[in-house]
Amino acid sequence: MARIIVVTSGKGGVGKTTSSAAIGLGLALKGHKVVLIDFDIGLRNLDLIMGCERRVVYDFVNVINGEATLNQALIKDKRVSSLSILPASQTRDKDALNKENVGKVLEELGKSYDFIVCDSPAGIEAGAMMALYYADEAIVTTNPEVSSVRDSDRILGMLASRSRRAELGLEPIKEHLLLTRYSPKRVAEGEMLSVEDVKDILSIPLLGVIPESQAVLKASNAGEPVILDTMSDAGKAYQDVIERLLGETVEFRFLQVEKKGILSRLFGG
Amino acid sequence: MALLDYFLRKKEKQVTTASKAKERLQIIVAHERHSRNKQPDYLPELTEDILNVLRKYIKVSDESFSINLDKKDGNLNVLELNIELHDEHSTN
Repeated sequence: MARIIVVTSGKGGVGKTTSSAAIGLGLALKGHKVVLIDFDIGLRNLDLIMGCERRVVYDFVNVINGEATLNQALIKDKRVSSLSILPASQTRDKDALNKENVGKVLEELGKSYDFIVCDSPAGIEAGAMMALYYADEAIVTTNPEVSSVRDSDRILGMLASRSRRAELGLEPIKEHLLLTRYSPKRVAEGEMLSVEDVKDILSIPLLGVIPESQAVLKASNAGEPVILDTMSDAGKAYQDVIERLLGETVEFRFLQVEKKGILSRLFGG
Repeated sequence: MALLDYFLRKKEKQVTTASKAKERLQIIVAHERHSRNKQPDYLPELTEDILNVLRKYIKVSDESFSINLDKKDGNLNVLELNIELHDEHSTN
């Protein structure tokens, strides 16, 4: 049985697609069969972050409409053979997805993959609801910032009431908190909510803390998920996330301000 | 200047914006959670009454009956009843 994981947030621009790409690729690098699905119908971007935008021929909606088979639409990652990407369509057909046809596609994928990672669109409209409906687990991506935390809490409410698991009275979706764009320096200065603050408010288990990092923009520029940048802080933090998803206990890194030398303290910079 | 900043900063640490943010969030999130989970207290009794009326006429098991009060955007409340009817004619 495949683990269906939705990467969601409510608010836009907090790092859902960056995280989906890094986590999907990271799990595949560990030898698991992974499929990444872009649920952002009309605004596809996962292909760009994954660096496979020029290889998109058919998309999710084509599969739903029977215009292409799943195998025709799935794009095999060139770096890791056990990873595939199912791109979203660029046409703005909001009603293309419904519970029944999405369920069929997920069931079919579940036969040959270990992990199905669903990259949710922002908001709480139909698209976001569809992305979370079949999930077994949810990675709630949150920035340490008031509007993002509030929206994450709304999404937690949706996970608990609008998912398939909720409707059927099954065991609830397993929730994980992924704190992104974290700046230990600003936390130390009292300008940013700390990990503990966000954990206190949302009260769900912490999966990872990704530091604010220049590596993220560089990675998306190049179409190489940041987890491949193994020397970067963000890349390392995502690797820890993968270990934790696979059941390992890994200490949290990048929560403290890096120590500066005495010279830079005195002279700034 | 960094040296000067270092000593000046020590004094001004009282209420940080982060702690304000946390306090505001705790209040609004608690409020929103409360309104999300609020079911009117008459709901269990209403359910019982509706079931009793239905059972005068048809067979309804507890599993095939569900009731839901949904708050939509604005002032709209929707009471949703779901009753699964088993066709007795086709089975007999």
